[in-house]
Amino acid sequence: MRYWTACLVIVLGMSALAFSGINNYFFFAGFVVLQAVVLATAWNILGGYAGYVNFGVPAFFGAGAYMALFLHLALDAPLIVQILGAALLTGIIGLLVGLLTVRLRGIFFSIATVALIFIFETLVVNSRYLGGATGLQLTQPDAIFFDNYQRGLVVLMTVMAVIAVSLARYIQESHIGRGLRAVRDSEEAAECSGVPTLKLKLLACTVSCALLGAAGAPMPMYLSYIEPASTFNLLYAISALAMPIIGGMSHWIGPVIGALIIASLQQIVTVTISSELSVLVVGVLLVVFVVAAPDGIVGLVKRWKTSSK
Amino acid sequence: MIFSVDLLIEAVAFGILLGGFYAAVSLGLSVAFGLLDIPHVAHPAVLVLGAYGAYLLGTYGFDPIVAGLMLTPLFFALGAAFYRVYHFTFESRGDSAAVNGLAFFFGIVFIIEVLLVIFFGVDQRSAEAPYIGGSFVMGDMRLPYRLLVAFAVAIVLAAALSAYLSRTFYGRAIKAVGQDESALRLMGANPVKVKQLAFGIATGVNALAGAVLLIMAPVEPTMDRMYIGRTFCVVVLAGLGSMSGTIVAGLILGITESIVLMFFGTAWAPAVAFTLLLIMLAVRPQGLFGR
Repeated sequence: MRYWTACLVIVLGMSALAFSGINNYFFFAGFVVLQAVVLATAWNILGGYAGYVNFGVPAFFGAGAYMALFLHLALDAPLIVQILGAALLTGIIGLLVGLLTVRLRGIFFSIATVALIFIFETLVVNSRYLGGATGLQLTQPDAIFFDNYQRGLVVLMTVMAVIAVSLARYIQESHIGRGLRAVRDSEEAAECSGVPTLKLKLLACTVSCALLGAAGAPMPMYLSYIEPASTFNLLYAISALAMPIIGGMSHWIGPVIGALIIASLQQIVTVTISSELSVLVVGVLLVVFVVAAPDGIVGLVKRWKTSSK
Repeated sequence: MIFSVDLLIEAVAFGILLGGFYAAVSLGLSVAFGLLDIPHVAHPAVLVLGAYGAYLLGTYGFDPIVAGLMLTPLFFALGAAFYRVYHFTFESRGDSAAVNGLAFFFGIVFIIEVLLVIFFGVDQRSAEAPYIGGSFVMGDMRLPYRLLVAFAVAIVLAAALSAYLSRTFYGRAIKAVGQDESALRLMGANPVKVKQLAFGIATGVNALAGAVLLIMAPVEPTMDRMYIGRTFCVVVLAGLGSMSGTIVAGLILGITESIVLMFFGTAWAPAVAFTLLLIMLAVRPQGLFGR
């Protein structure tokens, strides 16, 4: 109950902020941070709960963005249809990649997802309809409800973040999460105890990838521009992976904490110093955490709580 | 698309040489991932690091190949030290380290990329040597000397590694650790030391391969991303840990890429290695020459 009240307060609070006259940059940064929450949470459903490392976040994110663009160009579909279409497409892709590689060792899944980034990027570069290598300029539709279209999108992203986190929370606390944890700890033991390991892994893979695609869908309209090089940028991969690991992979709150800290830090470093340095900060933090605090911030807090008792 | 036999022959000849180059850049990964089972996704980044090292020595007048050979001992030491850190932080912690180990290497990739951007900038860097630029002309066919040099280095490296692994005592120990680590321990050998040596060799080889990369084309800091697909494609295609298989797999990738390049254009070339890799994972994940 407390959880749902908090969610409601966050969504209402964000809507109230969107009506107020705060500087637009705040909303730009807010959109990026909220998107990071969705990406990190989605990544963690597969990476944190099941132990499969998805390096190909930009592939699913980008496929979602381009699916949204396609639906916009071909059918003039409303944004909500674009998001659902993107989630459906990347969910199916995720299921297929899962079928292909989840039976193999984890590293092969990771490499296969990297492969998808380059394959999708090449497909888009060679597709004139989707704008090719140079990209497409789009016009944002008229604002509904809010006096600025972008602010509406920020509220939408807030709702998406709440949905993603709630889904992760449900998965973690239901039999699915328990089964996945068993898979991560010992697949043979889980299989012997009657856990349907393959089904659970495929389910996690599908849900995770669908959410990654959904997160990418509002991107073309938000920037009113899309081009392949920045959409399929490998930097999305390192962020989406660093956030849950730094926050803590075992609990749904971990990716949220990680995303809020890392994405805000990235925004600050990018604006004040340079974008290269923000990548370096994330890379170094990631390496430091996996070496020194593999359970992330959540793990550190837990350890601190038990030792202070 | 214009199809002709002459063009096809030229594409295949070019592809064979390109394939030798792909084999050369994949040999280190073949040892690290193929034999030692270390998910070394930072391999291409180390390769680019080697290329920049060779470039830096080149500014003092060293030939790229000589520079690569000079860097080999340094990279060997770095690799051996790096493996010690990796072993004691991840491998000895047990199985739950799989996610963290992969994330660790992925983090290293970005750290190397950004450091190269900070020190060298995003501009392309290239080497100077008498064999860069010219071509060997045979009838209508033109084969660039740089490709011939890369091919020669690849063959020499693969032969040397293959001989080392099958003829020498330590080489056989490395092969043994790849096959059965606990058996090696029962024989009274320390698998960590053997793996440290092997990872050092894999990294040292990568310095020379980086020099070859510099000879082949101008380098830039984010170039490693293209080589994640190429090197892993070659190693998986070869079947984990086979040196002669690595050469054959390199040739397959080189010829395929060269044919796609010639008949469909450069825009499709980046996807070739990754597509081949996905097909391989779906059809025969143990590789062509897998055990």
